[in-house]
Amino acid sequence: MTLHTRSVAELAAGLAHKEFSAVELAEHFLARIDAANGALNAFVTVTAERALAQARRADAARAAGRAGPLTGVPIAHKDLFCTDGVRTSCGSRMLDNFVAPYDATVVERLDAAGTVSLGKTNMDEFAMGSSNETSYYGPVRNPWDPRCVPGGSSGGSAAAVAARLAPAATGTDTGGSIRQPAALVGVSGIKPTYGRVSRYGLVAFASSLDQAGVLAPAAADCALLLAAMAGFDPRDSTSVDRPVPDYVAELGAPLRGVRIGVLEEFLGPGLEAATGALVTAAIAELGRQGAEVVAVSCPNLPLSVPTYYVVAPAECSSNLSRFDGVRFGHRCREPRDLTDLYTRSRGEGFGPEVKRRIMTGTYVLSAGYFDAYYLKAQKVRTLISDDFKRAFGRVDLLVGPTSPTPAFAIGAKVDDPITMYLNDIYTIGANLAGLPAMSVPCGFVGQLPVGLQLIAPHFGESRLLAAAHAYQLATDFHRRLPAAYA
Amino acid sequence: MSLTRSDVEAIARLARLEITAAELPVYADSLSKILSFVEQLNSAQTASTEPMAHPLAGELQRLRPDAVTETDQREKFQRNAPLVVAGLYVVPKVIE
Repeated sequence: MTLHTRSVAELAAGLAHKEFSAVELAEHFLARIDAANGALNAFVTVTAERALAQARRADAARAAGRAGPLTGVPIAHKDLFCTDGVRTSCGSRMLDNFVAPYDATVVERLDAAGTVSLGKTNMDEFAMGSSNETSYYGPVRNPWDPRCVPGGSSGGSAAAVAARLAPAATGTDTGGSIRQPAALVGVSGIKPTYGRVSRYGLVAFASSLDQAGVLAPAAADCALLLAAMAGFDPRDSTSVDRPVPDYVAELGAPLRGVRIGVLEEFLGPGLEAATGALVTAAIAELGRQGAEVVAVSCPNLPLSVPTYYVVAPAECSSNLSRFDGVRFGHRCREPRDLTDLYTRSRGEGFGPEVKRRIMTGTYVLSAGYFDAYYLKAQKVRTLISDDFKRAFGRVDLLVGPTSPTPAFAIGAKVDDPITMYLNDIYTIGANLAGLPAMSVPCGFVGQLPVGLQLIAPHFGESRLLAAAHAYQLATDFHRRLPAAYA
Repeated sequence: MSLTRSDVEAIARLARLEITAAELPVYADSLSKILSFVEQLNSAQTASTEPMAHPLAGELQRLRPDAVTETDQREKFQRNAPLVVAGLYVVPKVIE
């Protein structure tokens, strides 16, 4: 049975037509995880028994005529979403022993929609990284080439979907952590508008940038899942109280007449030539389908990486101050006094990249440096956001590459933080401005996938998904599987 | 911007992070690189620009009614605690 080659939408249809049961489907994917996870390290926790119990409930709901569009569809959760009764490690030694006492709203909603959770996926520690190499549980491998990274920080979710160990997986995106790994493993991934999906129950990294989303083979799959995830949540004070459009029904909107802006700043010298050629070809395809393609400039966008590396560490240093070794998380052995308890618990519990970011944030927020770094970065954030506003006065969508290169070798960039940070040069802008954005597969350099990024105005998810869907009706890159996992 | 070992020690102390002597020069080097990198922000003209703290400027953060919405789950929450005695979180002696 080649169930795993089907998209989420196709699996949902198969379940609806009783071609197979939810239990059979869960067993199929659990067997794939069992066979492949040793090589890929995509999952840190597999919840087989829970998954089978959920699958039995899904089958019972269907038999009783209570099935929804996602009832019985297996998914995986990035290990940053709190899952009641299941370890939620966030890729860190600090939370290696943490069993979440409640469900994140996203988890609760997807459970209520009848999805079957297979387990928790590996990630960069506290979502800080672009390669999945900062995880306490070791690097995730790219299913297309095990010598390469899958991107990060949602690298486990991305690799799991690419190798079809799960039909879809949740992720979070603070500076590109859904889109960049989606691009590097050849799947589709959407970061919704800030406030569109509840952050309640996500382990916080940078609260003004974090947003939950989803990775799946096709844009149509993302639409199905986002429909279940999105919506107002009183438990997240930044959740936006607006109706959620019918993303699935609106997938069919044509590209004809849609104005698409090609971001000049994204096609400059930092972009690898072969990647750039594929992105240019993908944009031409959008044009062939009737989109009106024009060049657009956002002159302050090149400052998005330095802006981010002030704002995000500042917020991270505040958020991660909660890890004190007292109420939960790692505690050092035999603390001499309270200060020793704090410093050693944190020193032992956090890995090097997390410490580096906490210290960067502590520095830029400290007396005497606040104005020069943090306030300045917040002002540049306004400039970048205004650039996007002006651009969206002229066009409906912006396009460009997701990442400057395809996947790089494990170990290639770990020694130089700046080189690693520049991986996110094309993705960070959308986070700073709170815009919805997605990555869809648009070709291969050698055997490694490349992603096309689309960015929409606030709450423009429908148009984003419809444009990506139109592109995927004309291309098959999103249907290709790595030979080892076909 | 170049940070010394003692700068890093001071930052680590503020952040309550134990950093070993061997790690100090490594962090001094990488933090200096990061601070030099972000200095390009100075090229932007921001004299009349408002700082941005929230991506959806028009959306006001709500206040919730001051009502009890959570039930007591102390025992469940304390299952994650490193050390609990008689329902209390235990830390080393704070006051001599």
